[in-house]
Amino acid sequence: MPEEFKAGCQRPSVQANNVEEKTKENVAIESKKEGMSMVKVGKPAPDFTAPGFFEGKFANFKLSEYLGQWVVLCFYPGDFTFV
Amino acid sequence: MSVDSVFVHKIWNENELSKMTGKDIPFPMLSDAGGTIGKMYGIYDEEGGVETRGRFLIDPDGVIQGFEVLTPPVGRNVSETLRQVQAFQLVRASKGTEATPSGWKPGKKVLKPGPDLVGNVWKEWKVSEAFDE
Repeated sequence: MPEEFKAGCQRPSVQANNVEEKTKENVAIESKKEGMSMVKVGKPAPDFTAPGFFEGKFANFKLSEYLGQWVVLCFYPGDFTFV
Repeated sequence: MSVDSVFVHKIWNENELSKMTGKDIPFPMLSDAGGTIGKMYGIYDEEGGVETRGRFLIDPDGVIQGFEVLTPPVGRNVSETLRQVQAFQLVRASKGTEATPSGWKPGKKVLKPGPDLVGNVWKEWKVSEAFDE
């Protein structure tokens, strides 16, 4: 279940999950060397936890909690633009 | 998912989106401050500091089955997204014994891949089926 949080001034808790065996330094070196890389079809979707607004509440949502369902993950440039 | 805060999502839903549809947005509006998740998926625009229009279809095993990425000025075709989900669901339900050719939509002919189909697609499928009527 998504973990609800109260509206406040806390730091948003965006989190990449399962990025095991990579120190922060290694990640920094990798990203410098290769830049940002696109995910691949047929490969697991990178897991994450992100704060969200849903049904009148603020909560942290974890992608892997949706295993067993189809998920459409949709990014867009900003609120108040079309999708 | 955008780099906007959950507070902005709430106000967008209240002041605009719910007025378009007459109800609240029926799925979570996620916030990706700093583009951490956008970078994982490869669609974050570092120069602009925003996400591009990336859309990913993720199956019940957590595997990415498809994606589409557009620059900001062009909006997506929601019907096409739904069609792709329906096609992937059909293929999954058939355990890979059926495939949906170009232009497939629910009710249209599916193909059964196999040795007999090789070189014979022209008998089973017409070019006109690639297009909407």
